[in-house]
Amino acid sequence: MSHILILADISPSGDVRGDTQALISAAAQWGIPVAVATVPPGAGEAVATKLGALGAEKVFIAENEHAHTALTAPQLEGLTQAAHQFDPQAILLSHTHDGQDIAGRAAVRLGAAVNADVVAITKSDNAFTTTHSVFGGSFVVEASANGGAPMIITVRPGAFEASAVTAVAPEVTTASVSVDPAGAAALGNVHATGETSSRPDLRTAKKVVSGGKGLGSKDDFVLVEQLADALGAAVGSSRAAVDAGYAPQTRQVGQTGITVSPDLYIALGISGAIQHRAGMQTSKVIVAVDKDQDAPIFDIADYGVVGDVFTIVPQLIQAIGERQRQQV
Amino acid sequence: MKILVLVKEVPDTWGERKLDPASGRVDRESVDPVLDEIGERAIEAALTIKGSDKSTEVIVVSMSPSSASKSLRKGLAMGATSAIHLADEALRGADMLLTAEALSVLIQNEGFDLVIAGNESTDGRGGMIPAMVAEHLGVPHVTFLESIEISGNRVSGVRGADSGMVEVSANLPAVASITERLPDPRFPNFKGILSAKKKPYTTVTLAELGVDAARPVSSVIVSSRERPARSGGIKIVDSGNAGRDLAEFLAQNRLL
Ligand SMILES: Cc1cc2nc3c(=O)[nH]c(=O)nc-3n(C[C@H](O)[C@H](O)[C@H](O)COP(=O)(O)OP(=O)(O)OC[C@H]3O[C@@H](n4cnc5c(N)ncnc54)[C@H](O)[C@@H]3O)c2cc1C
Repeated sequence: MSHILILADISPSGDVRGDTQALISAAAQWGIPVAVATVPPGAGEAVATKLGALGAEKVFIAENEHAHTALTAPQLEGLTQAAHQFDPQAILLSHTHDGQDIAGRAAVRLGAAVNADVVAITKSDNAFTTTHSVFGGSFVVEASANGGAPMIITVRPGAFEASAVTAVAPEVTTASVSVDPAGAAALGNVHATGETSSRPDLRTAKKVVSGGKGLGSKDDFVLVEQLADALGAAVGSSRAAVDAGYAPQTRQVGQTGITVSPDLYIALGISGAIQHRAGMQTSKVIVAVDKDQDAPIFDIADYGVVGDVFTIVPQLIQAIGERQRQQV
Repeated sequence: MKILVLVKEVPDTWGERKLDPASGRVDRESVDPVLDEIGERAIEAALTIKGSDKSTEVIVVSMSPSSASKSLRKGLAMGATSAIHLADEALRGADMLLTAEALSVLIQNEGFDLVIAGNESTDGRGGMIPAMVAEHLGVPHVTFLESIEISGNRVSGVRGADSGMVEVSANLPAVASITERLPDPRFPNFKGILSAKKKPYTTVTLAELGVDAARPVSSVIVSSRERPARSGGIKIVDSGNAGRDLAEFLAQNRLL
């Protein structure tokens, strides 16, 4: 069986994060999943155990003292060495900022084709085909690569689900990799977004409530959060609401923000500019509340309410509460 | 300081970029090619650096069809020093590998202290060209910046990440990419538009760069289909009961 490399996302405290588990599950369908992790010297054993527990049959630990102080260079070095050692058929990374940078540089370094922002992968006749959701889901494109292995694939965050795995004691290779820190960007202070949220993750949430410029102020944006909490939904926003400071950038839904495809998307005070629709139009059911009866969001809403969010949403929250109380 | 700014011409995401400010409605029929908004912001970032050090040269660089000269001229009208246009029929449909290689050869020939690009184009959205170019050039990348500054021999900024914001910095020469969190681009004024006509504008071909468009490896599209467009469903006007009606709709659809 061929090897499939996946780049593990390891936090400075040694946690396995992001879509690492989903990537390992995906890789296991097509070959021997080899998780590549770059860590500071000495941190490898604990990380390898965790990756084995997630189903990685082999683990390549790349040790480098700059693992968490240099921007992506140590991870790139680790991935490249692992690629030379395992001669993989494919390399899977998450389509995050780090993943994009590492995939791009690795493609140049390895002379490999790269298929980016993939939402599904199929393998037949020993070749991979990747599926891409383009122009906000208006088109579905399938792509492959000419010229042989490895094929580098970045997977849209949240697109793959982690499946149940049998924990294995992985076969571990440890190598020390060297990078010249002067040839890479240095990482400095981290400013947390300050969001400690118990809400579901926006990318994978089954329900999303988004607020726009129509909320009028950061204080009043709380209404969006209240409805989200009543529904157990994630909170999103339009770019105009982000620009106005009502919501952090990490919540922006749209062409240049996050793409979501929940079962339910509720847009509050969002006009539905084409760039916003590009990030949510593949939602199963779309509900919109907007004062302007001509707002383009109504062109795609399964249920549109023309009216004021400040009267309709509190009533909706109350009605949801009444129904929930009747159910218990 | 010599700053090369990578820009792309893309289909206008607005259709025709004239719209009713009240409703935000756009003409969706039109796909006029425009200078990508993120590229305009990258030019803005470079011009801001030039603003504090007048000796800075800002060169807009684009790999695009020969018809894209209007977009490059816009960069000149905004205040860039000169423009280089890589136009070659053989580049039609180029994947990221070929694009990055061709741009890198051009950049290397031209010489640079800093390359600034948008984080990702609105059409391709791969978001890897800046890192790929950095790899070809053998320099550090500082990407997805929400602010950018030069001090001495270093470029620094704040990079957005899921877990928060992180300060990053690198020695020049380097490749940077910026996000739409950077300030809005300036509008070219009349004087800028006039002077743009007289600024140096160079066109180059692949043969001049010595790059072969034929590739041993490439990413290829095998199929493409359009999803049926969505249409509107129920639309009600609130007359005092819409919140409860909406709760009923959600309950009926098992969404509560
Ligand atoms: C290259 C590019 C990329 C972009 N990327 C994105 C993106 O990723 N995501 C994105 O969202 N946008 C994006 N945009 C911006 C987009 O074009 C719109 O400007 C933006 O989506 C508008 O946000 P909005 O609907 O919140 O604001 P507006 O268009 O101002 O709409 C506000 C709405 O609120 C309604 N309203 C006001 N008060 C009330 C009330 N009390 N009750 C009910 N309704 C009320 C108004 O009727 C109006 O329809 C992009 C633009 C460009 C050019």
